[in-house]
Amino acid sequence: MDSEKQVLFAGFGGQGVLSMGKFLTYAAMGAGKNVSWLPAYGAEMRGGTANCLVTIADDEISSPLTEHPGMAIIMNRPSLDRFEGKIKKNGTLVINSSLVDRLPQREDLNVFQMPVNQIADEMGSPKGANMLLLGACLQKTGVVTVEQALEHFGIIFKGKKESIIEKNREAFLAGVQYAKENW
Amino acid sequence: MKKVLMKGNEAIAEGALTAGCIAFFGYPITPSSEIAEYMARKFPLLGGTFVQAESELAAISMVYGGASTGFRVMTATSGPGISLKSEGISFLAEAELPCLIVNISRGGPGLGGIQPAQSDYWQATRGGGHGDFQIIVLAPSSVQEMLDFAMEAFDLADKYRIPVMVMAEGTLGQMMEPVIPREKVTQFIGKPWAINGCKDRKPNIVNTLHLSPEFLEERNHVLGDKYKVIKANEQRAETYWTEDADLVVVAFGLMSRIVKKAVMEVRKRGHKVGLIRPITLWPFPVEHIKKAAETAKMFLSVEISMGQMVDDVRLAVNGKAPVEFYGRIGMIPSPEEIADQIIKLAEREGF
Repeated sequence: MDSEKQVLFAGFGGQGVLSMGKFLTYAAMGAGKNVSWLPAYGAEMRGGTANCLVTIADDEISSPLTEHPGMAIIMNRPSLDRFEGKIKKNGTLVINSSLVDRLPQREDLNVFQMPVNQIADEMGSPKGANMLLLGACLQKTGVVTVEQALEHFGIIFKGKKESIIEKNREAFLAGVQYAKENW
Repeated sequence: MKKVLMKGNEAIAEGALTAGCIAFFGYPITPSSEIAEYMARKFPLLGGTFVQAESELAAISMVYGGASTGFRVMTATSGPGISLKSEGISFLAEAELPCLIVNISRGGPGLGGIQPAQSDYWQATRGGGHGDFQIIVLAPSSVQEMLDFAMEAFDLADKYRIPVMVMAEGTLGQMMEPVIPREKVTQFIGKPWAINGCKDRKPNIVNTLHLSPEFLEERNHVLGDKYKVIKANEQRAETYWTEDADLVVVAFGLMSRIVKKAVMEVRKRGHKVGLIRPITLWPFPVEHIKKAAETAKMFLSVEISMGQMVDDVRLAVNGKAPVEFYGRIGMIPSPEEIADQIIKLAEREGF
């Protein structure tokens, strides 16, 4: 079970939270892992908060569900309030500090912060915020390596315009760079 | 074939297409709508028929019409839609028309909510509509099985001339997992009863009105005998660690995977716990439960309902051991929560 990683993505609807999860899922599948992507559906889809849980494992995935993910990627304050207490002991917490105005209360967690919206705006790519944070996370944690993720960009964004793919790639790489310099 | 990442709802639709389904009749409802959407996208390209009917009643009646011609046809909905379709399902069962009916289930009663549930178990396994009838009910537990069971459902439907339901929690419809696509089915069994033009033969009639009481009784015996054969031949389940288990947990669908993880954890802590996962909800895998009941000291049914399958577990255990129940409704219990429940029970009983 130690070879099984569960990552929670949470934020406002429209922040690209489900897409971040999907990206990681595709990339991990491309890297030969077993994966599942489980979205919270319902009221979340209709405005308000959104979240999804990605499970990555070397072996068969038993439960795609958990109460206590090992890692949480938090895009806004309500999501931190809701999920901080749920993360596994000594787990990893990644915070978008542009939209989270408090520090986490738990002391056992490995916390990484990044003012995602601010950096995305400075880059002129406000929609790339999710990819920025994802790039930084993968650089830091290696759940899937940055190289593996880059290999699958084309497949993941299949059907999208080349210019959009390029913008996402730029944001992703900026995130990778941020993690190298700051985390 | 290469693995493809798919939503459960897409996988079930893809499975139906692979099995040679040529028509979909439905009315959208969360959390099943992606099935209809997938078919609406695919059928125009494949030359099949997609109809968004004006109501669930119309949709199931179209299934009746489509199935009468001998082609593979289907519908998909959620619990409230199955309630509306139940009249038609009764007609399909008596007319012995093979078809696929999908229930991507949510919590009730009434309009209930849209979160996953298993509280349509009674509705599915007791026929649902009026009269003495059953339908085969398959409960997948992964996105791969959503695809595979759609195909299996059509085979069983044709083999026994019976409507087959695939029932899965809403979560399984919404979640994505990698799926291995299957070879397209091109060989089908003959359907000499189908209404497909009667040049040079006597017309076939598909009808469910039998005003002669003697004939009606005969018809019920025909169905009853068929159900006996299905019960004898088609009970399916997976069992894990039941040989030495003091406590056997029973769970189906996606829930069974969550329970499996809990059982694995609890075994690590030294409690002898096993798992039976019914694959066919009807016919219920009585034989698997019976066998486990020879040695198990207690059973626990875990469901996303107030306790429905637990009835069938009790019938199968037949008094040999106590049968306990744990369930949530409106939300899925986590592996950690179930592990706690199992440990509590094991410690209480001294297992």
